[in-house]
Amino acid sequence: MTEAAGTRLVRLRVPAVSDRLRLIRSVVRDAAVISGCSDGCAEDIVIAVNEACMNVLEHGYRERQDGDLILDLAVSGGELVVEIVDFAPPVDPQVLRPRPIEELRPGGLGTHFMHECMDRVVFLTPPEGAGNRLRMVKRIA
Amino acid sequence: METEVREEHGLAVAAFTGDIDFNSSPHARRVLLDLVEKKGDVVVDMSSVDYIDSSGVASLIEAYQSAKTSGARFGLVAVSGAALRVLQLAHLEKVFQIYDSVADAAARAS
Repeated sequence: MTEAAGTRLVRLRVPAVSDRLRLIRSVVRDAAVISGCSDGCAEDIVIAVNEACMNVLEHGYRERQDGDLILDLAVSGGELVVEIVDFAPPVDPQVLRPRPIEELRPGGLGTHFMHECMDRVVFLTPPEGAGNRLRMVKRIA
Repeated sequence: METEVREEHGLAVAAFTGDIDFNSSPHARRVLLDLVEKKGDVVVDMSSVDYIDSSGVASLIEAYQSAKTSGARFGLVAVSGAALRVLQLAHLEKVFQIYDSVADAAARAS
C-alpha cells in the first residue's frame, strides 16, 4: 500500500494463475481471523478477495500465465483493508458495477459478491508500473 | 477437487469434494452438463464441498438451466457452511431445490 494504512497483516505476491487462488484464500482467511474477525466475517472477506483475484485472472491477464498479483492486507481504524495490485492492462472501473441479481444467468456474480461482502470496493490509482489497484474495506470492530 | 458420479436411490448423483473454484469449475461444469444430458434427473452432493465461488455457482446455474430445458430435475444435497453462504449471496437458495440427503431428494420426487 502506498500510504500508511495501520497495521500491515501480510503482503503476498503470487503468479496470477488459477491454482494459486486456494493459497490466497487460505492466507486471507488466517489473516482475517488473526485480526479479530469472526468466522463469518473472515469468510466474507475470503469470498470478496477470491472474486477480485478471479477478475484479475479472467479479465485482466486473460490468457496470460506470466503476470503477478500483489495482495496487501492491513488493519486500520477497526477496518480490514485489502488491496490488490496487478500488472495487467487498466480496466474500466465500470466493470465493478454489480448486475441485477434477479437475472438467473451464469456470469457477473463475482462483482455482486464483492459488494455484498465488503463495505467499500473502489479502484485507486495504481503504483508506477502497475496496471490496476483495487481496494476493498470491511469494518471488523 | 475430487469428483464421484454414482447412482443412488434412482438418482444420478455428482459428488464433489474440496473447492469448486475458478481452477476446478470447468471440470465440474463438464461433469454436470454431461450428467444432465445423459441421465436426466441429477442431484449434486455438496456435503464435502468446502468452498464454491462465482464460477462454481455459474456451473450449477448452467446445469440447472439445461435440466430445466429438458424437463429434468436438478437439485443440491447437503449444502452448508461457506457454500451455503455463497448461494445465499447469489439469492439461489430459493431457486435451487436443496435437500438434506439424496434419500430426501428421491422421496420428494416420488
